Amino acid sequence: MMTQPPSSQFWLTCPFGERATQVFLGVLFAALLIVTVLHVAVPQGSPLHVNAYTVNLFGKYLSYALLAVAVDLVWGYLGILSLGHGAFFAIGGYAMGMYLMRQIGDRGTYGHPVLPDFMVFLNWDSLPWYWQGFDMAWFAFAMVLLAPGLLALVFGFLAFRSRVTGVYLSIITQALTFALMLAFFRNEMGFGGNNGLTDFRELLGFNLRSNDTRLGLFLATGVALALGYILCRAIVTSKLGRVCVATRDAEARTRFIGYRVERFQLFVFVVSAMLAGLAGALYVPQVGIINPSEFSPLFSIEIVLWVALGGRATLYGAVIGAMLVNYAKTVFTGVMPDAWLFALGAMFVLVTVLLPKGVAGLLQKQRRKKTPTITKEATA
Amino acid sequence: MSLLQSLRTRDRVFEFMAPAASPVDVRHGPILYMEDVTVSFDGFKAINNLNLTIDNGELRCIIGPNGAGKTTMMDIITGKTRPTEGSVWFGSRHNLLNMNEPEIASLGIGRKFQKPTVFEALSVFENLELAMAADKRIFPTLTARMTGEIKDRIDEVLETIGLTTLRFQPAGILSHGQKQWLEIGMLLMQRPRLLLVDEPVAGMTEQEMERTAELLTGLAGKQSVVVVEHDMGFVRSIARKVTVLHQGSVLAEGSMDQVSNDPNVVEVYLGADDEEAA
Repeated sequence: MMTQPPSSQFWLTCPFGERATQVFLGVLFAALLIVTVLHVAVPQGSPLHVNAYTVNLFGKYLSYALLAVAVDLVWGYLGILSLGHGAFFAIGGYAMGMYLMRQIGDRGTYGHPVLPDFMVFLNWDSLPWYWQGFDMAWFAFAMVLLAPGLLALVFGFLAFRSRVTGVYLSIITQALTFALMLAFFRNEMGFGGNNGLTDFRELLGFNLRSNDTRLGLFLATGVALALGYILCRAIVTSKLGRVCVATRDAEARTRFIGYRVERFQLFVFVVSAMLAGLAGALYVPQVGIINPSEFSPLFSIEIVLWVALGGRATLYGAVIGAMLVNYAKTVFTGVMPDAWLFALGAMFVLVTVLLPKGVAGLLQKQRRKKTPTITKEATA
Repeated sequence: MSLLQSLRTRDRVFEFMAPAASPVDVRHGPILYMEDVTVSFDGFKAINNLNLTIDNGELRCIIGPNGAGKTTMMDIITGKTRPTEGSVWFGSRHNLLNMNEPEIASLGIGRKFQKPTVFEALSVFENLELAMAADKRIFPTLTARMTGEIKDRIDEVLETIGLTTLRFQPAGILSHGQKQWLEIGMLLMQRPRLLLVDEPVAGMTEQEMERTAELLTGLAGKQSVVVVEHDMGFVRSIARKVTVLHQGSVLAEGSMDQVSNDPNVVEVYLGADDEEAA
């Protein structure tokens, strides 16, 4: 990847110049198209028919894939092992959930025109200030990006300014998501406590329980993944991306050649958090619930496992990893639920031992075998 | 707080009126003044009342036994360590003690570390590209494009350090000597006024050493170069003026012959070294 001549490295000027990006986007859009066709055009009885449940499941995987891309951006390229990206995902999800709650209106169990059910249950008489504005879609959608972005900005500013890196940073990101989980579990926080937010009905006027809306959400998530991928690719192939790799490998050196490393780290961290928030916002209407379990440290660690399994610092590896692990999770938890964590552990051990660069590393190896002259040409 | 301090310093009042990127003032000759500099770490004086002046365009070698304060001196100049006392000026306009590491780097002081640290995952070309003097803020970096001018400059430096044929190879595969040259090349990309080079020939073969000597003497005149080195043969081959440090201050200064005949120097350093060598 790093041995190409410089003319093809300036991605902002020719966004689709890279083969890996073309292939990735091609495969992604082909998959979206095939699923859509098999769902809409193939009759229900046919073995090729993809049912609404599966479409919804794929939509969920795609939002996980976007989350994995966000983690790969900071871990693979910047060397920041964030064990708290689930927090940004969950906050984006809560922002979307708050909008969906306000859309319910007076159709809740208690029939209150403004207050969500859980607030009526807690005997609250008015909306807390931070729930204001979430009845407007534009405001809620802006918050999907801004709320995780702001948290990442404050957290990152403090951490990077104090030059907290490596394992210490991983630990405090883990602490961050754990603290948020405990906070969101409290009923007094006003986010539905233990039960979270659920019983959603409509998104922008579309009924969330209809199959067409599910297909729409699946496609929207696919497009968001493509856009997120393109954005990350643009960042990592720019000069800024090379500064990130330089920071990852030799932070002090990067500082000495004149880059304000902490600002670059902060910028990329915030972008990544916003993407994670977007992923969360697309995830929530598809699964129909958001609750504090998304903040659980275990989930954040699992995201890192997806990326490691797929292959770090490739972006498409993160997508492959997220898809594979979550598909395996669906299969395993269906067949033998108790064995899932063992299977996940075994998968991780096997990949670390046999494929240190993940599945993406395997793909790269295959390609290099086919065209062994590439590196020699570059030498000459 | 720092504003109050700057107001108290009489010679620096109205700092805001000076243009931000004012050029280094070397009209008086020297490019670096260190005056009465002392650094103490918990009472231990790593640098003790050090006075050192480097002229513009000079190639200076700094020698001294282990613990003489050579690396600490470099740390002070690059802003990594703050002295307890004393003043450090770059030219006669810039007080280095008021600046942080990136500011000092962008002013034109480049440092080569003892252990070569290059960005191993990036190609030789990309290493040089990142090091180049440019607007290093986030958005200019994000939207930076490769122009013909930049390419020419990189090619020129690649030529100087003799790595043209390896330009698209990842820096990780370079030999030890090649990494040292790449690092010097990275410093050159910043068009530095002053180069600080820490033990450039440690671990090099005889041939690589010759090539490095050529490289450094070729740079002097265009840039000021300060070389810290243990290898006496190498120092003899490049030095015009040598400074001997001992216990944090200057023990002797002069040509290699003058210095090596100084009885103090013979006692603390060269004598011991010669005995070892013999």
